[in-house]
Formats: sequence, C-alpha cells, structure tokens
Amino acid sequence: MKVAIASGKGGTGKTTVAVNLALSLGGVHLLDCDVEEPNCNLFLGLELEKLEYVTCQVPEIDPEKCTLCGKCADFCRYNALAALPSRVLVFPALCHGCGGCGLVCTEGAVREKPGILGILESARSDSSLEFSRGVLNVGEAAATPLIRALQRHIDNSRPAIIDSPPGVACPVLAVIGAADYCVLVTESTPFGFHDFRLALEAVKALKVPFGVVLNRDGLGDSRVEEFCGAKGIPILLRIPDDRRIAQLYSEGIPFVEEMPEWKEKFAGMFSAIRAIMESGEGTE
Amino acid sequence: MKVCISSTGKDLESEVDPQFGRCGYFVIVDLDTGSVTSLKNPGPEASGGSGIRAAEAIVNSKADILLTGSVGPNSFSILSEVGVEVRVGVKGTVADALKQYEAGDLCIIDSPNSSAHNGMKNS
Ligand code: SF4
Ligand code: SF4
Repeated sequence: MKVAIASGKGGTGKTTVAVNLALSLGGVHLLDCDVEEPNCNLFLGLELEKLEYVTCQVPEIDPEKCTLCGKCADFCRYNALAALPSRVLVFPALCHGCGGCGLVCTEGAVREKPGILGILESARSDSSLEFSRGVLNVGEAAATPLIRALQRHIDNSRPAIIDSPPGVACPVLAVIGAADYCVLVTESTPFGFHDFRLALEAVKALKVPFGVVLNRDGLGDSRVEEFCGAKGIPILLRIPDDRRIAQLYSEGIPFVEEMPEWKEKFAGMFSAIRAIMESGEGTE
Repeated sequence: MKVCISSTGKDLESEVDPQFGRCGYFVIVDLDTGSVTSLKNPGPEASGGSGIRAAEAIVNSKADILLTGSVGPNSFSILSEVGVEVRVGVKGTVADALKQYEAGDLCIIDSPNSSAHNGMKNS
C-alpha cells in the first residue's frame, strides 16, 4: 500500500507527518519525493548512499551545421534554447528532454547528450528505517522524471509512506496519482484553507481516496473542520498547536521519539486508512 | 546608441519595473535620434524560462544597454554573450531612469543579481 502525504502549500507539516508516521509504524519504506527540498533526512539523520544519477537527454548544437534559423528555439515551449545572432545557447536545466528541437532542425545540427537531473539516494541497508529520496539539481526544472525514477525503487513488499512535493503542479500529481491513498495535511487558517481546497480538487480529479490531518490544530478557526464535516471527508488526526511539538521540530527531532504516546496515534491513523481501503470507501 | 528600460508601460512617463524577466514592456530609447519605441515583454507569458525569452527580445531589439532592477543567471548569460551592458537600480519613471543613467547613478553588473526562480515559484 502506498500512502502519499501531500499539502496545498509548503510549511504545513507534511514532512513532519510523513516522518513521524513512518517512525511510528516501523517496517515501512519512507520516500522523500519533495525533490526540490528533500527535508525528511534533516529529522532522520540517516547515512545515505547513492542509488543512481537520473539523466535526461539534452540538446547540444553543432555550430558547424547550425544556420541560426531559430526554429529550435521557437519550438521549445520550455524556453531552454535561445537563438542569438552569434549562436544558439542551451539551458540544460530548463530542458524537459522532449527531443522536439532535434526534430524541427532541418540542418541536423542538434545532437543529444545526457544531462544530469539529480540523484537518488537511500539509507544504508543496516539503518533503522528504509528510506529513499531524490535530490533535484539546483535550478533544474524537470522534477517529474526524477520522481518517476525514484518511484521505481519503491519496496513493494511493505507499506510505502511518500512525502510529496507541496502544491498541485505536475510533480505532485505524479506522486499522488501513483498512490493508493492520500493524506492531505493542512492548517485551519484562511490561507491554509484556500490551498487545501486546491489540493482537494487535484486529489479528487485523480480519484485517489483521501483523508485530512489537521496540523497546529487550535491555532486558526474551524473552517476546514466544518468543510470536511459537510463533505464527509474523514479527519484522520489532529496535531495540536503545542509548544513542545514546535520546540522538537525546531531542533530537528521527530516528536514521536520524545512523546511516544503519539506513536499509537499515528499507528491508529494508519489502521484507519487500512480499514477505509479495505472497505473500498474513502472517495466521495 | 540604444537604451532599453524594463517598464510597466510603453512610454517615458511609465513607471519602471525592476523585474527584468516579468516586466510588462521594454521602452527603447535611441539616444542618437531621440526616438522612443516599446516592445511587449514575451517573458511573462512563458511558463518557465521567462528571463530567456525576455533577454532574447532585448538582443533582437539591438539595444546596447539595459536599465533594470534584477537579472537572473539565464538572462544574464544571454545578455553578456552578445555584449549588452546591464545597469541596475532604476527608480521612478522611464524618463527618471534615463536621467539616473546619464548622471551615472546606475551601476553596471557583471554577474546575475537574482536567482533563476524568482517570481516563478508557487505560481
Ligand atoms: S533549428 Fe537547427 S539550424 Fe536552426 S537554429 Fe536550431 S540548431 Fe540551428
Ligand atoms: S529537447 Fe525539448 S525541452 Fe529540451 S531543448 Fe529541445 S525542445 Fe526544448
């Protein structure tokens, strides 16, 4: 079973939920798919080793053949090419490897070479937790291929807990779309509610069953709660706005380690998700 | 010599826009003839790489100098490739920016002064 932990925006506690849930359960595979800011290991401190580099084909322009016609740059919808009077400049970090520039070039001036998108890493096999993550190169635009490559390393023999990137863009959909269940983490504040509803629409469109974790509960108002009540969306867990939890967070300590009573709550949430999955409910 | 200013509008009275890649227009002033033209910035319409589209437009406009606020690494590599001088610190209207330039108040930069993803994230 693959459970994605997502949120409409960053900073709502998505990583906290993913890490604490994985530690509470034990025997799961935790994956950090938030490849632009993979923060899980800040709390885990595991020793990581390289799994593989992920590459994508990027163009290289042969100045001997290029007539500077500019067709390639016009074609590239990611703006990874700039046709200048003197030469065509390639910006590999923006390239999505579609190969289109090579197709539109009538001079055969476009060659392809592998460009590195990022790296996949995992915790050493003697670690306390099975953990893998992807790290996107700084400034690199193509997160989705790196995430897909990381997903191929999911250990299917055990439950997977997947920390998704924030937001609702393409990389997020790749993570949620491949999951069996999605946990949406939100705060009950006006901004939190707005982003939560965007995330909700995305999850619904993907037809993935979902439930909600309310983080810093007690801080804002009750709008998320009322909304979920009206729509029959399960609230799986409430993490209170608690000084001790905030303190541990700022020290980079997963709070279940110091407050073991929370392990049971996280384990309870996971059982509830299992029960929902088995009964085939969960979506509206 | 042609000077290009990143702006919110099309003429000398328009406010400058310090965001190079995402500004609405470029106002181009030919200092030799005094002619003023404008160019719509193609950058904001790009889903990514807006600075690249914007810089390409500047290059095609044959401007020699760009007056703006901030330029990211991708745009900068294009502008420096073709030798467009980049000066930053514009304030007020386009006409004000020209005065600042003529008074020598705008400094030349020789490296990008903003990150590639400025104005792109979460949008
Ligand atoms: S399409 Fe081919 S010939 Fe034309 S600018 Fe691009 S690389 Fe050069
Ligand atoms: S391969 Fe596709 S994304 Fe990459 S530069 Fe060529 S056209 Fe652009």
